[in-house]
Formats: sequence, structure tokens, C-alpha cells
Amino acid sequence: MSQRHILSLLMENEAGALSRVAGLFSARAYNIESLTVAPTEDPTLSRMTIVTLGSDDVIEQITKQLNKLIEVVKVFDLNEGRHIERELMLVKVRAEGKDREEIKRTADIFRGRVIDVTDRIYTIELTGTRDKLDAFLEAIGNAQILETVRTGASGIGRGEWILRV
Amino acid sequence: MQLSGADITLRCLAEEGVEYIFGYPGGAVLYIYDEIFKQDKVKHILVRHEQAAVHAADGYARSSGRPGVALVTSGPGVTNAVTGIATAYMDSIPLVIISGQVPTRAIGLDAFQEVDTVGITRPCVKHNFLVKDVAELATTIKKAFYVATSGRPGPVLVDIPKDVSAQLTEYSYPKSVTMRSYNPVTKGHAGQIKKAVQMLLEARRPMIYAGGGVVLGEASPQLTELVRLTGYPCTNTLMGLGCYPATDRQFVGMLGMHGTYEANLAMQGCDVLLAVGARFDDRVIGNPEHFYQPGRRIIHIDIDPSSISKRVKVDVPIVGNIADVVDEMLRQLRASEARPDAAALAAWWAQIEEWRKRDCLRYDRSSELIKPQSVVEALYRVTNGDAIITSDVGQHQMWAAQYYKFDKPRRWLNSGGLGTMGFGLPAAMGAQFAFRDATVACVTGEASIQMCIQELSTCKQYHLPVKIVNLNNRYLGMVRQWQELQHGNRYSESYMEALPDFVKLAEAYGHVGMRIERPADVEGALREAFALKDRTVFLDFMTDQAENVFPMVPGGKGLTEMILGSEDL
Repeated sequence: MSQRHILSLLMENEAGALSRVAGLFSARAYNIESLTVAPTEDPTLSRMTIVTLGSDDVIEQITKQLNKLIEVVKVFDLNEGRHIERELMLVKVRAEGKDREEIKRTADIFRGRVIDVTDRIYTIELTGTRDKLDAFLEAIGNAQILETVRTGASGIGRGEWILRV
Repeated sequence: MQLSGADITLRCLAEEGVEYIFGYPGGAVLYIYDEIFKQDKVKHILVRHEQAAVHAADGYARSSGRPGVALVTSGPGVTNAVTGIATAYMDSIPLVIISGQVPTRAIGLDAFQEVDTVGITRPCVKHNFLVKDVAELATTIKKAFYVATSGRPGPVLVDIPKDVSAQLTEYSYPKSVTMRSYNPVTKGHAGQIKKAVQMLLEARRPMIYAGGGVVLGEASPQLTELVRLTGYPCTNTLMGLGCYPATDRQFVGMLGMHGTYEANLAMQGCDVLLAVGARFDDRVIGNPEHFYQPGRRIIHIDIDPSSISKRVKVDVPIVGNIADVVDEMLRQLRASEARPDAAALAAWWAQIEEWRKRDCLRYDRSSELIKPQSVVEALYRVTNGDAIITSDVGQHQMWAAQYYKFDKPRRWLNSGGLGTMGFGLPAAMGAQFAFRDATVACVTGEASIQMCIQELSTCKQYHLPVKIVNLNNRYLGMVRQWQELQHGNRYSESYMEALPDFVKLAEAYGHVGMRIERPADVEGALREAFALKDRTVFLDFMTDQAENVFPMVPGGKGLTEMILGSEDL
């Protein structure tokens, strides 16, 4: 049974490390739904969040194979504990005439913020789970959407569950 | 003292105890070659093609257990080396490959002989490095040797841009390196080992299945002791041959696609399976769904956690250094009061002996044609079973594996994982460098040998007395066999036309060539060839063209669905 997993990695902040992870996924035909990476408070380390789909066996293999990469310091499957997941989306929507008010109200309901305005367009910033962002896009409707940019999920464990070296 | 990157490279290799570099010069490595010229600690062996450089380093590593070193230039030097690197990667062979790269300022500008070496080799190395700063060169080389030889071994590549090899820096070679992101597990989990021992003692139909990991982990003495102490049957994979003595009664032969009847049936029919340094490869267990048996319990010892439960779910995984884990198992077995059920074990052995009576490796010994199997058997007799045998890939490889009884590890060198034609001759050269006095033979076919035939020139230059045993059936034999069995005898492009006269070819390279056409001449020719202690000899055996390798588990089938011979078809 395929399930969505969020894997968190700490890896050496070195050129080429990202390509090793991406290469592993394509070489072994693993699924990537999204992948985000940026340096951490310790500049020698990068934190990567990978959202992937797979059965328990596949996820176990993915975790083992990631651990085998020399530059990967730690791998956690956030699904193994309570965790928080967030994704940032920037979306440009057509906001004219009678739609203009409605779009603003919808953005408010989803706790989105309008971060850029023209007389025809709103650019809205929205943070949340994948589901919430999907729901917002659905509420706005495809006809109004001009452009979307999504970061992919970042995840972190709840409470005392800390991933560090 | 300030030294150049090239000088540092050579000093690092000397510090690592490297005897030989197998390589080929070119523009990007000229500074390194200049330093090779100026020193005498590390000997350079000039091959005729970069693929052969890596295979030779690989043969050196497989036969000796020490890391092999290859040196190639940028661009085509690297792309030629890739086949060799992938070969070593699939079989977990420790190599350090040093490649030249275009100067750092030219990287990314499509410079002459530029290729993204780190990118091209990334999926077929254990790790690779691009050295952008000469100050990091020595530490990087130290790391390369550490990563290549520790944990599950593998090839590591160090890419050195030309300007880095010319730049000067202070040199000191680190005594050791630690890497926070790389800490291979060595000690097995005590609780798991205890469970495994208990499971082994409870077995009624046990089976020990040992692979290349036993050879790589130098665990052959421990494994042999375990097999003897328990009295259980033992099989080896293609990569594991020699890790348990093939002439011993408890050895039931190689298993897998061309394994023995008794090994494959025991593998399928056992109730407790101990897998040691083996990975349930598709050529070993066939179809995993067919292989699955409810009630059979599996213990799996491996240094690489990702090898465990990859194709086959196991009950007791033990991650660790095989020698240490098996040592601990032996200690616990000796300390235990429990003993295996003797009656059940006797009944199991009786069953195995029944299977063994099928004599699945029999072949027509009265044929008027040279049977390839008989050549390998004669080779075994003539070399007293004590040679280092390399092979290429195909039917000859399987016959060598089936009929040469390897009693010691590191005597059988073949490309099991990648299946690389062209491996045999350069690997034999590497082994001959590792053991100058050893008898080294390459069992090959007329198709494989032509994939690295240029190395006859290297053999000449370094006076390597390698013996080439060419089983010449004028076919890509294994392709022809599959076409016969699965493609209605349509021999699409598998006939080797326009073959060279190998005797003359050998002579043209300054070697001895012999053609053998009658069964009666096989052993005599081999004796004559091996008596020539200081010559490379090319023995061209004209063998039965129609011979096939049996038993055979057809692709995608299960272990019990073996074809035992042409009468089964």
C-alpha cells in the first residue's frame, strides 16, 4: 500500500550533494512529490525535506539508500512521529470587477496575504499544508489563476522531537 | 615545504602503500605523469585502453584484497573508464580512480576533453570528489581510500583539475580521517545474533548460502568453521565461489540460474536459511514470488543494511562485519548446550544426496568435439586447482564457475554484477601484478576476448605470463543459448563471423599461440602452455558449437523450474 511520507535529511552543505539525492531517486525509480533544501543555522549543514510515495518496503529502502550516501548525515521519516508540515505558495490571480472583493475575502478566510497589487491582479501569499493550498486554489477557481509557485513541503517534528547532529 | 598537487598525489599514494597505478596519460594529467617520472615508489603500468586500466586495478584488488588504483585523463579517459568503474561498483570492489579534469577556470565552458566526470560517474561509484583547492587534496585522497575500503567496499573517484595538480601548497598526509556523515556499522547486534543462533539450532532442513561479501570481508575461515561445526550444507553464489572449499562434501555447488540441482532444491526446500554476504540477486533466486516459502525462516548477515530485505523479506537481519558476526555466532554455538536435531539433519542430508545423484553437471565425455566443460576440468587438473582464474562473461564464465573447484577465496575473479565482457584479460593482468609468481589464467570466449584484446600488448610490455583459455565456439554462446531456448532458434546477430586467426594474432603481439581442435590434445596443450612460465600463451580451443550451459533456471522462473539438459526441452 503506497503512502505519502515526509523524509527529513541533514546533509553536508556541499556542491553536488543535492544531485546525489535527486540522482538516487531517479536511478532507483523512487517517487518524488516535492523536494526542498536550504542551509541550516549551522552553515556546514543543509536540511532537506522530501515528500515521497511508497509502500513500507519501498520507504525502508529509500531510507537505507539515503543513509548510504556519503554526504547524508541523518535521515528521519517524519511519519514515524507527530510532526508539522508547511508549504508556502505564491499565487497570482486575476482580480477584476466583481471578483476583486470575493478573492480578497477568500484569501482572508484562508489567512492568505495580498503581497502585490495592480488594478487587475492580486498576488497572494499563502502558507499551510498541501491540502489547504489545494483547497484555496480550488476555491479561487482555475479561470482566475494566472500563475502559481509552490515551495514543496517543509516538515519539523513536534515538541521535543529534534533533528540535529 | 611547498609541493605541487601532482607531487602530493604521488606522495599520498605512496603513503597508502600503493604498489601499482594502472593508467593512461593525457593532457589533464600531465603534471601527475611528470611526478610519476620523478619518483620510484609507485610503479605505473601503462595499459592500452582506460577500461583495461580500471579492470586491471580491479583484478589486483579482487585477488589481493588491497585497493586497486587507476589513473586516467579527462574526457574520453574518464568515459572509457566508466565501464570498469561500474563493474567494480556492482561487485563492491575497493578502487581509487584518479582522473584529470580541465583547469578549474575552464570547467563548464565545454573545454577540450571536458566531461562532467563527477556527474557521469556518480551513479556507479561509492563516492566521488572534485578537488577544487589544492589545500584539500591530501585529505581528499585519504578520504577516498578510507571510503573505498571500509564498510561495503566500492570504487571512489577523485577528479583533479589540471591547475590544481600544478598549484603549490604545504603537504602533510593525515594519519586518519573522520567523517560525521560516514560511520559504517561493524559490530552486529548481540540480540539478533543470539536469535540467529537459536534459529540455526532449531533447524531441521538448514541451508547456508554464502556470497561475495564473505570474500570481501575476509570471513572465509569463520564461515568454513561455522559450516563444519554445524554440519549443515553450504552453497556459494557466483561471487562467493572459493569462500567455502568446493571440494568439501558439505559443499553442494553454486546456486542460481546455472547452479546445481542439489543447491537450488536445497535453497528452495530448507526451513532455515542463513544468508551470509549475499543479496538474493535475480540470477540467484530467480523470481522472488516463486522463491517465497511460507514457514521458511531467513537470517541475513550483511554489512550493508540496504542489501537486507531488498528483494526478499528476512526474519533476522544482522548488519555488521561478517567475520565478527560469525565469530560471535561460533562462540555462542560452542557455549550452547542445545544441538541440532541429528535425525532431522541426517534425513535432510539423505535428501540432498538423492538430489546430488542426478549428477546435474554431467556431459558427453565421449564426444569427438571438444566439450568446453572438459577444457575447464583439464585446466583444473593441470593447475592443481591452485590458479587464479579470471573470466569474461557468457557460457565460458558459467563453465569455469561450475567445473573449476575453487577451494580458496580470491582465486575466482569475474564480473558477476555488471556482466562486463572484456573484464577477463585486464583483470588477469592485475592479478598477475599482485602475485608475480602465481599461475593466472583467463577463461574466455572468442567474443569477450576481443573486447579488450589490445591488452595483449600490455602483457608483452610487462612480461605477464597470463594464460588465455579461449573457448571458441564461433558464437556469442550465451546469447545463442537464450535465442535457442526462448526465441525459436533465431540466431539474431549472435554468430561470430570473420574471426581473426588467434594464433597469428598472439604471435603478432609477441606471444605464443596454440590452436587445439581435438579432445585428445586438450590436456597436453594446457600442460605445454603452463610449462612456459615466462610467456603469455593464447590457447584457442575449438569447442562444440552447440553446447549449452545446464542446469538453467530460465529468466523469471523459480529455482525448482530448472532445465537440466537438452533432454528436458
